[in-house]
Amino acid sequence: MFPPLPNPPTQTTAPKFGPADLMRRSASTVTPPAQRQTEVAKLIDISKCIGCKACQVACNEWNELTPPIGDNFGVYQNPSDLLPDQWTLMRFTEWDNPQTGNLEWLIRKDGCMHCEDPGCLKACPAPGAIVQYTNGIVDFISENCIGCGYCVKGCPFNIPRISKTTHKAKKCTLCSDRVAVGQGPACAKACPTQAIVFGTKDDMKKWASGRVDDLKSRGFANAGLYDPAGVGGTHVMYVLPHADQPQLYANLPADPKIDPLVGVWKGKGKVAGLGAMALAVLAGVLHYLKNGPEVATEEDERKAKSLVDGAV
Amino acid sequence: MLSPQIHDSYPVAVDRYSGLTRLNHWINAFFFVALVLSGLAFYSPYTYFLSGLFGGGANARMLHPWFGVIVTISFLFLFFRFVGGNGWKPRDTAWMKNPGAVLSGDEEALPEAGKYNAGQKIVFWSMTMLIIIMIATGLVIWDQYFAAYTSIEVKRAAVLIHSVAATAAIIVLIIHIYAAIWVWGSIGAMTSGRVTGGWAWRHHRKWLRDLVAGRVDGDMPKA
Repeated sequence: MFPPLPNPPTQTTAPKFGPADLMRRSASTVTPPAQRQTEVAKLIDISKCIGCKACQVACNEWNELTPPIGDNFGVYQNPSDLLPDQWTLMRFTEWDNPQTGNLEWLIRKDGCMHCEDPGCLKACPAPGAIVQYTNGIVDFISENCIGCGYCVKGCPFNIPRISKTTHKAKKCTLCSDRVAVGQGPACAKACPTQAIVFGTKDDMKKWASGRVDDLKSRGFANAGLYDPAGVGGTHVMYVLPHADQPQLYANLPADPKIDPLVGVWKGKGKVAGLGAMALAVLAGVLHYLKNGPEVATEEDERKAKSLVDGAV
Repeated sequence: MLSPQIHDSYPVAVDRYSGLTRLNHWINAFFFVALVLSGLAFYSPYTYFLSGLFGGGANARMLHPWFGVIVTISFLFLFFRFVGGNGWKPRDTAWMKNPGAVLSGDEEALPEAGKYNAGQKIVFWSMTMLIIIMIATGLVIWDQYFAAYTSIEVKRAAVLIHSVAATAAIIVLIIHIYAAIWVWGSIGAMTSGRVTGGWAWRHHRKWLRDLVAGRVDGDMPKA
Protein backbone atom coordinates (compact mmCIF):
# COMPACT_ATOMS: atom_id res chain seq x y z
CA MET A 1 0.00 0.00 0.00
CA PHE A 2 1.19 3.46 -0.85
CA PRO A 3 1.39 5.57 2.32
CA PRO A 4 -1.66 7.83 2.24
CA LEU A 5 -1.26 11.58 2.55
CA PRO A 6 -1.72 12.93 6.07
CA ASN A 7 -4.97 14.64 6.98
CA PRO A 8 -5.01 18.42 6.64
CA PRO A 9 -3.72 20.55 9.48
CA THR A 10 -6.30 22.44 11.50
CA GLN A 11 -4.26 25.63 11.74
CA THR A 12 -3.82 28.10 8.86
CA THR A 13 -1.00 27.03 6.57
CA ALA A 14 0.94 29.29 4.23
CA PRO A 15 0.78 28.09 0.60
CA LYS A 16 3.85 26.18 -0.49
CA PHE A 17 3.89 27.73 -3.91
CA GLY A 18 2.39 30.74 -5.60
CA PRO A 19 2.99 33.46 -8.19
CA ALA A 20 6.72 33.52 -7.33
CA ASP A 21 7.08 29.93 -8.52
CA LEU A 22 6.02 30.33 -12.11
CA MET A 23 7.96 28.49 -14.74
CA ARG A 24 5.82 29.64 -17.64
CA ARG A 25 3.08 32.25 -18.02
CA SER A 26 0.95 32.49 -21.15
CA ALA A 27 1.73 35.37 -23.56
CA SER A 28 4.39 36.66 -21.17
CA THR A 29 8.01 36.11 -20.36
CA VAL A 30 8.85 35.11 -16.82
CA THR A 31 12.19 34.44 -15.23
CA PRO A 32 11.74 31.13 -13.47
CA PRO A 33 13.06 30.99 -9.92
CA ALA A 34 16.59 29.60 -9.64
CA GLN A 35 15.37 26.72 -7.52
CA ARG A 36 12.70 24.52 -9.06
CA GLN A 37 10.24 22.97 -6.61
CA THR A 38 10.09 19.22 -6.39
CA GLU A 39 7.96 18.01 -9.26
CA VAL A 40 4.69 16.45 -8.22
CA ALA A 41 2.63 13.89 -10.09
CA LYS A 42 -0.59 11.97 -9.91
CA LEU A 43 -0.35 8.32 -10.85
CA ILE A 44 -3.48 6.62 -12.17
CA ASP A 45 -3.17 2.85 -12.09
CA ILE A 46 -5.72 1.57 -14.54
CA SER A 47 -5.30 -2.02 -13.38
CA LYS A 48 -6.59 -1.06 -9.95
CA CYS A 49 -9.53 1.07 -11.03
CA ILE A 50 -12.96 -0.38 -10.27
CA GLY A 51 -14.90 2.38 -12.06
CA CYS A 52 -16.72 3.61 -8.97
CA LYS A 53 -16.47 7.28 -10.00
CA ALA A 54 -15.65 8.38 -6.45
CA CYS A 55 -12.92 10.51 -8.07
CA GLN A 56 -15.49 12.27 -10.28
CA VAL A 57 -17.70 12.96 -7.30
CA ALA A 58 -14.83 14.13 -5.13
CA CYS A 59 -13.61 16.44 -7.92
CA ASN A 60 -17.04 18.00 -8.37
CA GLU A 61 -17.46 18.28 -4.63
CA TRP A 62 -14.12 19.95 -3.91
CA ASN A 63 -14.26 22.26 -6.92
CA GLU A 64 -17.96 23.03 -6.43
CA LEU A 65 -18.90 21.83 -9.91
CA THR A 66 -22.47 20.96 -10.75
CA PRO A 67 -22.62 19.58 -14.27
CA PRO A 68 -26.07 19.54 -15.83
CA ILE A 69 -28.06 16.30 -15.63
CA GLY A 70 -27.16 14.47 -18.83
CA ASP A 71 -28.57 11.64 -20.88
CA ASN A 72 -27.99 7.94 -20.45
CA PHE A 73 -26.49 6.80 -23.70
CA GLY A 74 -26.22 3.15 -22.85
CA VAL A 75 -22.86 2.91 -21.09
CA TYR A 76 -21.52 3.55 -17.65
CA GLN A 77 -19.71 6.68 -18.77
CA ASN A 78 -21.50 9.67 -17.34
CA PRO A 79 -21.55 12.43 -18.45
CA SER A 80 -20.61 11.49 -21.99
CA ASP A 81 -17.67 13.90 -22.21
CA LEU A 82 -15.58 16.33 -20.20
CA LEU A 83 -17.45 19.57 -19.57
CA PRO A 84 -16.60 23.04 -18.32
CA ASP A 85 -17.95 21.75 -15.00
CA GLN A 86 -16.74 18.15 -15.26
CA TRP A 87 -12.96 18.21 -15.06
CA THR A 88 -12.41 14.50 -14.75
CA LEU A 89 -14.30 11.67 -16.38
CA MET A 90 -14.06 7.91 -16.25
CA ARG A 91 -14.03 6.70 -19.81
CA PHE A 92 -15.25 3.12 -20.24
CA THR A 93 -14.07 0.92 -23.09
CA GLU A 94 -14.96 -2.72 -23.70
CA TRP A 95 -12.14 -4.52 -25.44
CA ASP A 96 -12.12 -8.05 -26.75
CA ASN A 97 -8.51 -9.11 -26.22
CA PRO A 98 -7.70 -11.22 -29.29
CA GLN A 99 -4.80 -12.99 -27.54
CA THR A 100 -6.66 -14.21 -24.49
CA GLY A 101 -10.23 -14.12 -25.72
CA ASN A 102 -11.09 -12.18 -22.58
CA LEU A 103 -13.46 -9.24 -22.64
CA GLU A 104 -11.57 -6.51 -20.82
CA TRP A 105 -13.29 -3.56 -19.29
CA LEU A 106 -10.84 -0.70 -19.64
CA ILE A 107 -11.56 2.31 -17.48
CA ARG A 108 -9.46 5.40 -17.81
CA LYS A 109 -9.85 8.47 -15.66
CA ASP A 110 -9.52 11.26 -18.20
CA GLY A 111 -8.52 14.82 -17.38
CA CYS A 112 -5.68 17.28 -17.69
CA MET A 113 -2.28 15.59 -17.95
CA HIS A 114 -0.33 18.63 -16.70
CA CYS A 115 2.24 18.39 -19.48
CA GLU A 116 5.78 19.51 -18.88
CA ASP A 117 5.47 21.31 -22.24
CA PRO A 118 1.84 22.47 -22.16
CA GLY A 119 0.24 23.08 -25.57
CA CYS A 120 -2.62 25.06 -24.02
CA LEU A 121 -0.20 27.54 -22.49
CA LYS A 122 1.74 27.84 -25.73
CA ALA A 123 -1.43 28.63 -27.69
CA CYS A 124 -2.94 31.06 -25.15
CA PRO A 125 -2.95 34.74 -26.27
CA ALA A 126 -4.04 36.22 -22.92
CA PRO A 127 -1.20 37.19 -20.58
CA GLY A 128 -1.32 35.11 -17.41
CA ALA A 129 -4.47 33.15 -18.24
CA ILE A 130 -2.47 29.90 -18.10
CA VAL A 131 0.46 29.40 -15.78
CA GLN A 132 2.82 26.56 -15.01
CA TYR A 133 4.32 26.28 -11.55
CA THR A 134 7.80 24.88 -11.06
CA ASN A 135 6.29 21.81 -9.42
CA GLY A 136 4.71 20.98 -12.79
CA ILE A 137 1.10 22.01 -12.17
CA VAL A 138 -0.53 23.76 -15.13
CA ASP A 139 -3.30 26.04 -13.94
CA PHE A 140 -5.89 28.25 -15.62
CA ILE A 141 -6.26 31.69 -14.01
CA SER A 142 -9.86 32.50 -14.89
CA GLU A 143 -9.70 36.23 -14.21
CA ASN A 144 -7.17 36.56 -17.06
CA CYS A 145 -8.98 34.18 -19.41
CA ILE A 146 -10.73 35.76 -22.39
CA GLY A 147 -12.56 32.61 -23.50
CA CYS A 148 -11.08 32.47 -27.01
CA GLY A 149 -10.63 28.70 -27.05
CA TYR A 150 -7.03 28.73 -28.29
CA CYS A 151 -6.07 26.39 -25.43
CA VAL A 152 -8.51 23.84 -26.84
CA LYS A 153 -6.57 23.96 -30.12
CA GLY A 154 -3.20 23.79 -28.38
CA CYS A 155 -3.98 20.77 -26.20
CA PRO A 156 -2.86 17.39 -27.60
CA PHE A 157 -5.28 15.56 -25.25
CA ASN A 158 -8.52 17.48 -25.96
CA ILE A 159 -9.03 18.53 -22.35
CA PRO A 160 -9.98 22.21 -21.91
CA ARG A 161 -13.64 23.14 -22.22
CA ILE A 162 -15.06 26.66 -22.58
CA SER A 163 -18.04 27.50 -20.42
CA LYS A 164 -21.04 28.76 -22.39
CA THR A 165 -22.14 30.82 -19.41
CA THR A 166 -18.93 32.34 -18.00
CA HIS A 167 -16.91 32.15 -21.27
CA LYS A 168 -13.88 30.89 -19.38
CA ALA A 169 -11.73 27.85 -20.13
CA LYS A 170 -11.88 25.17 -17.46
CA LYS A 171 -9.96 22.01 -16.66
CA CYS A 172 -8.43 19.97 -13.81
CA THR A 173 -6.18 22.12 -11.62
CA LEU A 174 -4.47 19.09 -10.06
CA CYS A 175 -6.12 20.60 -6.99
CA SER A 176 -3.39 23.25 -6.89
CA ASP A 177 -5.17 24.79 -3.91
CA ARG A 178 -4.96 21.52 -1.96
CA VAL A 179 -1.43 20.70 -3.07
CA ALA A 180 -0.31 24.18 -1.98
CA VAL A 181 -1.13 23.26 1.63
CA GLY A 182 0.37 19.79 1.52
CA GLN A 183 -2.73 17.87 0.50
CA GLY A 184 -3.19 15.62 -2.48
CA PRO A 185 -5.85 16.07 -5.15
CA ALA A 186 -9.44 15.37 -4.09
CA CYS A 187 -9.71 12.46 -6.55
CA ALA A 188 -6.68 10.73 -5.03
CA LYS A 189 -8.07 11.27 -1.55
CA ALA A 190 -11.39 9.70 -2.51
CA CYS A 191 -10.08 6.71 -4.46
CA PRO A 192 -10.94 3.57 -2.46
CA THR A 193 -8.45 1.25 -4.21
CA GLN A 194 -5.40 3.50 -4.51
CA ALA A 195 -5.81 3.47 -8.24
CA ILE A 196 -4.97 7.16 -7.86
CA VAL A 197 -1.95 8.08 -5.82
CA PHE A 198 -0.17 11.39 -5.52
CA GLY A 199 3.35 12.40 -4.55
CA THR A 200 6.61 13.59 -6.04
CA LYS A 201 7.13 12.67 -9.65
CA ASP A 202 10.16 10.53 -8.74
CA ASP A 203 8.22 8.63 -6.08
CA MET A 204 5.35 8.09 -8.52
CA LYS A 205 7.71 6.67 -11.13
CA LYS A 206 9.23 4.33 -8.54
CA TRP A 207 5.82 3.25 -7.34
CA ALA A 208 4.72 2.74 -10.94
CA SER A 209 7.70 0.55 -11.74
CA GLY A 210 6.72 -1.77 -8.86
CA ARG A 211 3.18 -1.87 -10.22
CA VAL A 212 4.42 -2.58 -13.74
CA ASP A 213 6.59 -5.46 -12.48
CA ASP A 214 3.60 -6.85 -10.61
CA LEU A 215 1.42 -6.66 -13.73
CA LYS A 216 4.10 -8.32 -15.85
CA SER A 217 4.32 -11.16 -13.35
CA ARG A 218 0.58 -11.61 -13.78
CA GLY A 219 0.77 -12.01 -17.54
CA PHE A 220 0.46 -8.43 -18.76
CA ALA A 221 3.70 -8.57 -20.72
CA ASN A 222 3.23 -5.12 -22.20
CA ALA A 223 2.37 -3.32 -18.99
CA GLY A 224 4.09 0.00 -18.64
CA LEU A 225 4.08 3.60 -17.49
CA TYR A 226 2.51 6.32 -19.65
CA ASP A 227 4.63 9.46 -19.28
CA PRO A 228 4.78 10.62 -22.90
CA ALA A 229 8.07 12.18 -23.97
CA GLY A 230 6.47 14.10 -26.84
CA VAL A 231 5.13 16.68 -24.37
CA GLY A 232 8.21 16.50 -22.13
CA GLY A 233 6.51 14.02 -19.79
CA THR A 234 3.35 14.66 -17.82
CA HIS A 235 2.46 15.28 -14.21
CA VAL A 236 -0.46 12.93 -14.47
CA MET A 237 0.74 9.47 -15.45
CA TYR A 238 -0.98 6.19 -16.10
CA VAL A 239 0.01 2.62 -15.37
CA LEU A 240 -1.38 0.82 -18.41
CA PRO A 241 -1.72 -2.97 -18.55
CA HIS A 242 -1.40 -2.64 -22.34
CA ALA A 243 1.10 0.19 -22.61
CA ASP A 244 1.99 -0.87 -26.16
CA GLN A 245 -1.52 0.20 -27.25
CA PRO A 246 -2.49 3.32 -25.29
CA GLN A 247 -5.19 4.10 -27.87
CA LEU A 248 -7.19 1.14 -26.47
CA TYR A 249 -7.95 3.30 -23.48
CA ALA A 250 -10.56 5.59 -25.05
CA ASN A 251 -8.09 6.86 -27.63
CA LEU A 252 -5.31 7.90 -25.31
CA PRO A 253 -2.78 9.21 -27.87
CA ALA A 254 0.20 6.90 -28.39
CA ASP A 255 2.63 9.74 -29.03
CA PRO A 256 1.07 13.07 -28.05
CA LYS A 257 2.85 16.18 -29.29
CA ILE A 258 1.90 19.80 -29.62
CA ASP A 259 0.65 20.00 -33.21
CA PRO A 260 3.30 21.60 -35.46
CA LEU A 261 0.62 23.99 -36.78
CA VAL A 262 0.42 25.47 -33.27
CA GLY A 263 4.18 26.03 -33.35
CA VAL A 264 4.01 27.81 -36.71
CA TRP A 265 1.07 29.89 -35.57
CA LYS A 266 2.48 30.92 -32.20
CA GLY A 267 6.19 30.98 -32.95
CA LYS A 268 8.42 33.49 -34.69
CA GLY A 269 5.91 33.80 -37.55
CA LYS A 270 3.89 36.36 -35.62
CA VAL A 271 6.92 38.49 -34.86
CA ALA A 272 7.81 38.32 -38.57
CA GLY A 273 4.22 39.33 -39.40
CA LEU A 274 4.38 42.36 -37.11
CA GLY A 275 7.76 43.17 -38.65
CA ALA A 276 6.29 43.00 -42.16
CA MET A 277 3.47 45.36 -41.14
CA ALA A 278 5.94 47.81 -39.60
CA LEU A 279 8.11 47.56 -42.72
CA ALA A 280 5.11 48.40 -44.93
CA VAL A 281 4.48 51.55 -42.88
CA LEU A 282 8.17 52.46 -42.94
CA ALA A 283 8.33 51.95 -46.72
CA GLY A 284 5.42 54.37 -47.06
CA VAL A 285 7.08 57.00 -44.89
CA LEU A 286 10.38 56.71 -46.77
CA HIS A 287 8.63 56.79 -50.13
CA TYR A 288 6.78 59.95 -49.15
CA LEU A 289 9.96 61.60 -47.88
CA LYS A 290 11.74 60.78 -51.13
CA ASN A 291 8.98 61.54 -53.65
CA GLY A 292 6.70 63.95 -51.85
CA PRO A 293 3.00 64.05 -52.61
CA GLU A 294 1.75 63.19 -56.05
CA VAL A 295 -0.16 66.34 -57.09
CA ALA A 296 -2.13 67.16 -60.21
CA THR A 297 -0.55 70.24 -61.79
CA GLU A 298 -2.05 73.34 -63.34
CA GLU A 299 -1.13 71.85 -66.70
CA ASP A 300 -3.15 68.71 -65.90
CA GLU A 301 -6.14 70.91 -65.11
CA ARG A 302 -5.76 72.80 -68.41
CA LYS A 303 -5.50 69.57 -70.37
CA ALA A 304 -8.58 68.17 -68.67
CA LYS A 305 -10.44 71.37 -69.41
CA SER A 306 -9.52 71.31 -73.08
CA LEU A 307 -10.50 67.63 -73.32
CA VAL A 308 -13.92 68.44 -71.84
CA ASP A 309 -14.33 71.59 -73.96
CA GLY A 310 -13.36 69.67 -77.08
CA ALA A 311 -16.28 67.33 -76.52
CA VAL A 312 -18.87 70.02 -75.89
CA MET B 1 -22.54 63.89 -75.01
CA LEU B 2 -20.68 64.56 -71.75
CA SER B 3 -21.31 62.26 -68.79
CA PRO B 4 -23.44 64.03 -66.14
CA GLN B 5 -20.54 63.23 -63.80
CA ILE B 6 -18.49 65.98 -65.43
CA HIS B 7 -19.11 69.54 -64.31
CA ASP B 8 -17.70 71.95 -66.85
CA SER B 9 -16.14 74.60 -64.64
CA TYR B 10 -12.50 75.51 -64.15
CA PRO B 11 -10.94 73.42 -62.83
CA VAL B 12 -13.25 70.74 -64.13
CA ALA B 13 -15.03 68.83 -61.35
CA VAL B 14 -15.70 65.12 -61.78
CA ASP B 15 -18.00 62.97 -59.67
CA ARG B 16 -16.09 59.84 -58.76
CA TYR B 17 -18.09 58.12 -56.00
CA SER B 18 -21.78 58.44 -55.21
CA GLY B 19 -22.99 59.21 -51.70
CA LEU B 20 -24.04 55.62 -51.07
CA THR B 21 -20.67 54.30 -52.24
CA ARG B 22 -18.88 56.67 -49.88
CA LEU B 23 -21.15 55.74 -46.96
CA ASN B 24 -20.58 52.07 -47.74
CA HIS B 25 -16.82 52.60 -47.95
CA TRP B 26 -16.58 54.44 -44.62
CA ILE B 27 -18.75 51.93 -42.77
CA ASN B 28 -16.44 49.27 -44.13
CA ALA B 29 -13.35 51.28 -43.20
CA PHE B 30 -14.53 51.92 -39.64
CA PHE B 31 -15.33 48.30 -38.92
CA PHE B 32 -12.27 47.05 -40.75
CA VAL B 33 -10.06 49.14 -38.49
CA ALA B 34 -11.97 47.87 -35.44
CA LEU B 35 -11.53 44.35 -36.82
CA VAL B 36 -7.78 44.83 -37.26
CA LEU B 37 -7.25 46.35 -33.81
CA SER B 38 -9.33 43.75 -31.98
CA GLY B 39 -7.72 40.94 -33.98
CA LEU B 40 -4.20 42.18 -33.32
CA ALA B 41 -4.98 41.80 -29.62
CA PHE B 42 -4.85 38.01 -30.04
CA TYR B 43 -2.19 38.13 -32.72
CA SER B 44 0.81 38.51 -30.46
CA PRO B 45 1.57 39.30 -26.82
CA TYR B 46 3.17 42.55 -28.07
CA THR B 47 -0.21 43.76 -29.35
CA TYR B 48 -2.42 42.36 -26.58
CA PHE B 49 -2.71 45.87 -25.07
CA LEU B 50 -4.97 46.80 -28.00
CA SER B 51 -7.70 44.74 -26.30
CA GLY B 52 -7.95 47.69 -23.90
CA LEU B 53 -9.61 49.72 -26.67
CA PHE B 54 -12.54 47.32 -26.52
CA GLY B 55 -12.82 47.05 -22.77
CA GLY B 56 -10.47 44.10 -22.24
CA GLY B 57 -9.57 40.79 -23.82
CA ALA B 58 -12.90 39.09 -23.21
CA ASN B 59 -14.81 41.93 -24.89
CA ALA B 60 -12.35 42.03 -27.79
CA ARG B 61 -12.81 38.26 -28.21
CA MET B 62 -16.59 38.68 -28.19
CA LEU B 63 -16.67 41.70 -30.56
CA HIS B 64 -14.05 40.65 -33.13
CA PRO B 65 -16.19 38.06 -34.95
CA TRP B 66 -19.13 40.46 -35.10
CA PHE B 67 -16.89 43.12 -36.63
CA GLY B 68 -15.92 40.45 -39.13
CA VAL B 69 -19.55 39.76 -40.00
CA ILE B 70 -20.24 43.48 -40.48
CA VAL B 71 -17.14 43.90 -42.65
CA THR B 72 -18.06 40.88 -44.77
CA ILE B 73 -21.59 42.12 -45.41
CA SER B 74 -20.48 45.70 -46.03
CA PHE B 75 -17.67 44.52 -48.31
CA LEU B 76 -20.13 42.42 -50.26
CA PHE B 77 -22.05 45.59 -51.20
CA LEU B 78 -18.79 47.38 -51.91
CA PHE B 79 -17.72 44.47 -54.09
CA PHE B 80 -20.74 44.80 -56.35
CA ARG B 81 -20.28 48.58 -56.54
CA PHE B 82 -16.65 48.28 -57.58
CA VAL B 83 -16.36 45.01 -59.47
CA GLY B 84 -17.41 46.48 -62.82
CA GLY B 85 -14.33 48.70 -62.98
CA ASN B 86 -11.95 46.07 -61.71
CA GLY B 87 -11.73 43.62 -64.60
CA TRP B 88 -8.11 42.90 -65.48
CA LYS B 89 -7.08 44.37 -68.86
CA PRO B 90 -3.91 44.04 -70.96
CA ARG B 91 -3.07 47.65 -70.05
CA ASP B 92 -2.98 46.57 -66.39
CA THR B 93 -0.34 43.97 -67.16
CA ALA B 94 1.70 46.63 -68.99
CA TRP B 95 1.22 48.97 -65.98
CA MET B 96 2.57 46.27 -63.64
CA LYS B 97 5.66 45.80 -65.80
CA ASN B 98 6.94 49.28 -65.02
CA PRO B 99 7.14 49.51 -61.21
CA GLY B 100 9.77 52.25 -61.44
CA ALA B 101 7.34 54.62 -63.16
CA VAL B 102 4.54 53.61 -60.77
CA LEU B 103 6.58 54.35 -57.67
CA SER B 104 7.98 57.63 -58.96
CA GLY B 105 4.55 58.81 -60.13
CA ASP B 106 5.69 59.05 -63.75
CA GLU B 107 2.30 58.22 -65.19
CA GLU B 108 3.17 59.49 -68.67
CA ALA B 109 5.32 56.37 -68.96
CA LEU B 110 2.37 54.14 -68.06
CA PRO B 111 -0.71 53.06 -70.01
CA GLU B 112 -3.69 55.31 -69.35
CA ALA B 113 -5.69 53.91 -66.44
CA GLY B 114 -9.43 53.43 -66.38
CA LYS B 115 -11.46 54.15 -63.24
CA TYR B 116 -8.98 51.93 -61.38
CA ASN B 117 -5.33 51.36 -62.14
CA ALA B 118 -3.68 47.95 -61.83
CA GLY B 119 -2.52 48.63 -58.27
CA GLN B 120 -6.06 49.47 -57.17
CA LYS B 121 -7.35 46.35 -58.89
CA ILE B 122 -4.82 44.24 -57.00
CA VAL B 123 -5.95 45.83 -53.73
CA PHE B 124 -9.57 45.13 -54.67
CA TRP B 125 -9.08 41.49 -55.65
CA SER B 126 -6.65 40.62 -52.86
CA MET B 127 -9.02 42.12 -50.26
CA THR B 128 -11.87 40.15 -51.80
CA MET B 129 -9.92 36.89 -51.58
CA LEU B 130 -8.58 37.60 -48.10
CA ILE B 131 -12.00 38.51 -46.71
CA ILE B 132 -13.44 35.27 -48.11
CA ILE B 133 -10.59 33.30 -46.51
CA MET B 134 -10.92 35.14 -43.21
CA ILE B 135 -14.69 34.85 -42.87
CA ALA B 136 -14.53 31.14 -43.76
CA THR B 137 -11.74 30.35 -41.29
CA GLY B 138 -13.17 32.83 -38.80
CA LEU B 139 -16.49 31.02 -38.61
CA VAL B 140 -14.60 27.75 -38.00
CA ILE B 141 -12.87 29.27 -34.95
CA TRP B 142 -15.88 31.23 -33.66
CA ASP B 143 -16.24 28.86 -30.75
CA GLN B 144 -19.20 30.53 -29.13
CA TYR B 145 -21.53 29.42 -31.91
CA PHE B 146 -19.66 27.03 -34.17
CA ALA B 147 -17.36 24.99 -31.91
CA ALA B 148 -19.34 21.80 -32.47
CA TYR B 149 -19.17 21.77 -36.25
CA THR B 150 -15.47 21.14 -36.90
CA SER B 151 -12.73 19.00 -35.40
CA ILE B 152 -9.87 20.43 -33.38
CA GLU B 153 -7.47 19.53 -36.23
CA VAL B 154 -9.51 21.65 -38.66
CA LYS B 155 -9.62 24.50 -36.14
CA ARG B 156 -5.83 24.41 -35.74
CA ALA B 157 -5.37 24.82 -39.47
CA ALA B 158 -8.09 27.48 -39.61
CA VAL B 159 -6.53 29.63 -36.93
CA LEU B 160 -3.17 29.53 -38.71
CA ILE B 161 -4.67 30.37 -42.11
CA HIS B 162 -6.72 33.14 -40.47
CA SER B 163 -3.56 34.70 -39.00
CA VAL B 164 -1.61 34.51 -42.26
CA ALA B 165 -4.51 36.01 -44.23
CA ALA B 166 -4.87 38.74 -41.60
CA THR B 167 -1.18 39.62 -41.91
CA ALA B 168 -1.58 39.93 -45.68
CA ALA B 169 -4.81 41.95 -45.35
CA ILE B 170 -3.22 44.41 -42.93
CA ILE B 171 -0.34 44.96 -45.35
CA VAL B 172 -2.81 45.48 -48.21
CA LEU B 173 -4.68 47.96 -46.00
CA ILE B 174 -1.46 49.87 -45.27
CA ILE B 175 -0.72 50.06 -49.01
CA HIS B 176 -4.29 51.23 -49.70
CA ILE B 177 -4.15 53.97 -47.05
CA TYR B 178 -0.67 55.09 -48.10
CA ALA B 179 -1.65 55.35 -51.76
CA ALA B 180 -4.60 57.56 -50.78
CA ILE B 181 -2.30 59.81 -48.74
CA TRP B 182 0.39 59.95 -51.42
CA VAL B 183 -1.86 60.77 -54.34
CA TRP B 184 -3.38 64.11 -53.36
CA GLY B 185 -7.04 64.43 -54.15
CA SER B 186 -7.77 60.74 -53.62
CA ILE B 187 -9.13 61.14 -50.10
CA GLY B 188 -11.42 63.90 -51.41
CA ALA B 189 -12.78 61.40 -53.91
CA MET B 190 -14.04 59.32 -51.00
CA THR B 191 -15.15 62.23 -48.77
CA SER B 192 -16.73 64.84 -51.07
CA GLY B 193 -17.10 62.31 -53.87
CA ARG B 194 -15.44 64.67 -56.35
CA VAL B 195 -12.04 64.98 -57.97
CA THR B 196 -10.67 67.69 -60.25
CA GLY B 197 -10.36 67.17 -63.95
CA GLY B 198 -6.59 67.47 -63.55
CA TRP B 199 -6.55 64.62 -61.04
CA ALA B 200 -8.55 62.44 -63.39
CA TRP B 201 -6.36 63.47 -66.36
CA ARG B 202 -3.18 62.67 -64.46
CA HIS B 203 -4.15 59.41 -62.76
CA HIS B 204 -7.15 57.95 -64.60
CA ARG B 205 -7.00 59.43 -68.07
CA LYS B 206 -8.86 56.62 -69.78
CA TRP B 207 -11.67 56.97 -67.25
CA LEU B 208 -11.84 60.73 -67.95
CA ARG B 209 -11.88 60.12 -71.70
CA ASP B 210 -14.70 57.59 -71.24
CA LEU B 211 -16.71 60.07 -69.18
CA VAL B 212 -16.15 62.77 -71.76
CA ALA B 213 -17.44 60.30 -74.32
CA GLY B 214 -20.61 59.91 -72.28
CA ARG B 215 -19.97 56.96 -69.96
CA VAL B 216 -21.77 56.93 -66.59
CA ASP B 217 -20.22 54.94 -63.72
CA GLY B 218 -22.30 52.05 -62.44
CA ASP B 219 -22.65 53.34 -58.88
CA MET B 220 -24.01 56.75 -59.89
CA PRO B 221 -27.66 57.45 -59.06
CA LYS B 222 -29.92 57.06 -62.06
CA ALA B 223 -30.83 60.40 -63.58
